[in-house]
This record gives sequence, C-alpha cells and structure tokens, in this order.
Amino acid sequence: MTALNEMQLDFVSKSENESFARVVVAAFASQLDLTLDELADIKTAVSEAVTNSIIHGYEDTSGIIRISSKLYEDRIVITVQDWGKGIEDIEKARQPLWTSKPEQERSGMGFTIMEDFMDELRVESAPGEGTIVTMVKNINKGMDTAR
Amino acid sequence: MDVNIEILNRDIIKVNLKGEIDHHATLVIKEDVDNYIEKHKLIKILFNFKDVTFMDSSGVGMIIGRYRKLQKIGGRIGVVNITPKIKRIFQMSGLFTLVSCFNNEREAIDKL
Repeated sequence: MTALNEMQLDFVSKSENESFARVVVAAFASQLDLTLDELADIKTAVSEAVTNSIIHGYEDTSGIIRISSKLYEDRIVITVQDWGKGIEDIEKARQPLWTSKPEQERSGMGFTIMEDFMDELRVESAPGEGTIVTMVKNINKGMDTAR
Repeated sequence: MDVNIEILNRDIIKVNLKGEIDHHATLVIKEDVDNYIEKHKLIKILFNFKDVTFMDSSGVGMIIGRYRKLQKIGGRIGVVNITPKIKRIFQMSGLFTLVSCFNNEREAIDKL
C-alpha cells in the first residue's frame, strides 16, 4: 500500500526539542481521523523515544535526531533514529523498570510505554552505531466515540 | 511548565504543576521542589496534576526521585487530580506502591 503522506524532521538533541518533536508528529498524525486518545498515545510514545535518544543515545554530547513518519489509511508508522552510542543489550533495555541511569532518576519505563501505547515496536541498535526505533499505531476507524 | 508551590498545613506542601511534564520539564520541577523542601524543612508533598496536559515516564522518575529523598527522613508523597492516561502510566510503573493517590485535596490533608 502506498503512503498517503510522508514527512521527515531532523533536529538537535536538546531537551527543549522533546515537546517540539511530539507536537510536530501529532500535527502530522492529525491528518488521519484519530481520536484524542490515539493522538495522546502517539505523543507519549514519540516523547519516550526522543528522550531516550537525548539521554542515552547522545548522553552529554550533541547529535542529530531524525523522525520520519508515513501515514496510511489504517495506520501511522513513526521512526525515531539517532547516531549515538547505541544499545548493548536491547532485550534488557526493553524490560520494564530497567534503566542504565538510575542516578538520573529515570524510571526505566520508556520502551514499556512505547510498546503499550502503540501497536508495534521494533528496536534496531548496535553499540557505536546508533538506534532506530520504529513504531506503528493502527487506526480504528469507525470506532471514534471519544469526541 | 509552571511550578507553583504552596504550604497546605504544617507539614504538607502542595506542588501545582501546569503544562506538559517531560524530561526537560522535570529538570525544573526537581530543582524547585528540592529547594523548597530544603528551605522549609517539610517532608510531605502533594503533587497536584489538575492543570497537567501531558506526562511521559520522566514524570514517574521525578516522583520516584523525590520519594527516595523523603523516605530517608520519614516523608511521604501523594498525587491528586490525575487523568486516566497519567494514572495508567503510574500503574504500569508500580508507582502506587510508593505514593498515595487521593480523590481530592481534603482527603490528602487527612490521610497523607
């Protein structure tokens, strides 16, 4: 199936850009007939992925984060990519409450929330090469009773 | 993110949060709350989520961090006015084993 629309956004890994990123994706996603609840799920998942890239991917350094998204009639696909330090053990990182940075008061819930709020989550990463997080949200058309 | 802190009674402070809570915002909240507790020597915090329009897992980390600080000196933390979405994030994180969720401010003053 061909995409209805596509976008790509590059920005610097500053924490100020966390809200910028999720607002841009939400505005783009709004072209689909989404419920407010679905939109809130997408914003939360994007915020988690971008925060991971800033805190873990680039740590104290600065780098580029790229968000790409494609809209289809029945779903939205969102990719968040960084070229930071990568994840050594993806399985461990995806476990609820596990964090590599407890001293920074991280909850270790990022991937768990992405997984729960979206319908699909794929994490590709290698140490020194960066991380690509791909998330899919299926759109339940005709079930729109929330607004 | 706006953080407004007031003293509710002798030993509880109410932290009124307004706007979106993400990693960036928690840096401000942590500093404001920690400074206030330090200055006034109070050990119970009630976080008021009435005007919070968004929260991700950074909010959970921020609350757990305050809990760890207060726990050592016998303090407690409560939350009030949370939306179903935020409640879900708290539940998934197991936060309600550490902090109490209240229906309103009066109940929080009585029970916290």
